[in-house]
Amino acid sequence: MATRTRRIGASAGDRLIDALITAVLVVVAIATIYPFLNVLALSFNDSTDSVRGGITIFPREFTLENYKIIFSYESLITGFQISALRTIAGTALGLISSSMLAFTLARPDFQGRRFISVYLAITMYVSAGLIPTYLLIKDLNMMGTFAVYILPGIVSAFNVFVIRSFIDGLPYALQESAKIDGANDFTIYWRVILPMTTPALATIALFIAVGQWNSWFDTYLYNATSPHLTTLQYELTKVLQSTTSGSGGDYRTTNMTQALAAVSPDSVKMAITIVVTVPILLVYPFLQRYFVSGMTLGAVKG
Amino acid sequence: MKAMTGAAISGSAKAGRGRGDFWKTAFRNRYLYLMSLPFVVWVFVFSYYPLWGWLMAFQNFKPGRSIFEQEWVGFEQFQKLFADDMFYQVLRNTLAMSALGLVATFTFPIVFALLINEVRQMFFKRFVQTVSYLPHFVSWAVAASIVTKMLSTENGAVNDILMGLGIIDQPIQFMAQGHLFWGIVTLSDVWKETGWNAIIYLAAITGISGELYEAARVDGASRLRQIWHITLPGIRSTIIVLMILSIGHLISIGFEKQMLLGNNLVLDYSQVLDLYSLQYGLQMSRYSFGVAVNIFNSVVSLILLFAANGLFKRITKESIM
Repeated sequence: MATRTRRIGASAGDRLIDALITAVLVVVAIATIYPFLNVLALSFNDSTDSVRGGITIFPREFTLENYKIIFSYESLITGFQISALRTIAGTALGLISSSMLAFTLARPDFQGRRFISVYLAITMYVSAGLIPTYLLIKDLNMMGTFAVYILPGIVSAFNVFVIRSFIDGLPYALQESAKIDGANDFTIYWRVILPMTTPALATIALFIAVGQWNSWFDTYLYNATSPHLTTLQYELTKVLQSTTSGSGGDYRTTNMTQALAAVSPDSVKMAITIVVTVPILLVYPFLQRYFVSGMTLGAVKG
Repeated sequence: MKAMTGAAISGSAKAGRGRGDFWKTAFRNRYLYLMSLPFVVWVFVFSYYPLWGWLMAFQNFKPGRSIFEQEWVGFEQFQKLFADDMFYQVLRNTLAMSALGLVATFTFPIVFALLINEVRQMFFKRFVQTVSYLPHFVSWAVAASIVTKMLSTENGAVNDILMGLGIIDQPIQFMAQGHLFWGIVTLSDVWKETGWNAIIYLAAITGISGELYEAARVDGASRLRQIWHITLPGIRSTIIVLMILSIGHLISIGFEKQMLLGNNLVLDYSQVLDLYSLQYGLQMSRYSFGVAVNIFNSVVSLILLFAANGLFKRITKESIM
């Protein structure tokens, strides 16, 4: 596609179109990235100075004070640890479960593969919904535990199907020859298939990690009264809600939210936003080449 | 369990003939069973078992009793639901934001993919693409924080620009006006997901044969004509499949955006079905009522999915089912 040779003999009309397209895309790129830069600049700017306005993409009075303030709140440190932990544990377990399942489903000689495929696919379209799930978690005594972040979502049908279609693309002869060499199915999975599935695994790892890092609703629903299990995103939503909805709605306010709502310095809020954003943005450029192919793979199978 | 034996039998029919063959294959497959069955059980516990909870919609659920010891009330919860004035407002909001979201998440990524595809300078192309994925990776909590900041009356970028251009002379309180809420939610979504959603169209465009473009050029087709007659038809089936899929999700658009961007001032426009179920079902412990809302949600989205699929099947001879 990149080698299309339309350039040769480009007419004035073509060049005008090129210029127009470039201009539109420049505007789109700026509109996408400017808010991030603005928030970053504000987070490094003295908070009383910020109120004067006029900060664009560079801080006017540089300071680390905002970060010092937010990191002095214990809930933020806890949130950081819990968020990191659930991201790592959730990604590891999610990868193991979906790759194992995908491996068995990609085996043409496996008896259960049709049944399990349909069984999994149904879960993509039918879900019990908020309240039955809430009651299940309660009945399992998982309220107020770390496990509630990891266990319910351990198997995702979508992830299984993405990895499966990747494995389907690998030559089956590899597995057969490993078998002749005396490997059992688990060894084949671990030694032959897993190393070759890296691109798909990287994509899925990114999807799971982003999901884990970004979720806050499970904290809100199940662990709102367990301060030692709070997550970064949840802390951010609390700050957000406490200032936008005035009365604070149904969010239980903690010291940090009260303190922040009382002074409501924009710069401090922006610093929290940055702390919540940066870790995930650090990961994604490394995985970019994988997720583009992974997205396509997932979509083809639907 | 019953269904599984059924599947196993059909599996054996394919693998061999008699019963003996089935167990022989099963034994040979033992590692595959070991690797899959634990997760089958897992999915049962967390995805299938809670479906029993749907029975609550036909009961007057009281916590502390098992689901079979509850009082059965038939369709009373649904009658209450349909009699609630609030419900129609919530339904209206859900459908309005879904429809707006549907239109936006189709047109913008397609247009964006077409534009990106026309860029020949690789560096610029990569740069714009990389930037466009960025917002997809941040949570709605972060996105809401950023949107609120950009739209704020105190030094928000949008108000600053509008004032700078002389379009308005008073900052607009975007977040406090109900009639703007649907638009804000939709545009936030566009900002967050356009680049990401375009990936799939770009991949589809890559699959179009370059010869088609050459032939068109020989015939003297302009850039726009090439887009119209080759690129767009080339990604037609991708568009249709994605559209059917998202129509199925139309009514279950979730609540994150609405919950995080909304506030008490815009409640009349921000309340959606899932939030309604959360607030009137869970927080007020009216579990049965909340489940009735969930079921209504699922049924409508299934109807929409089948209707959309049938319609597209008739028009385009393509379908996902």
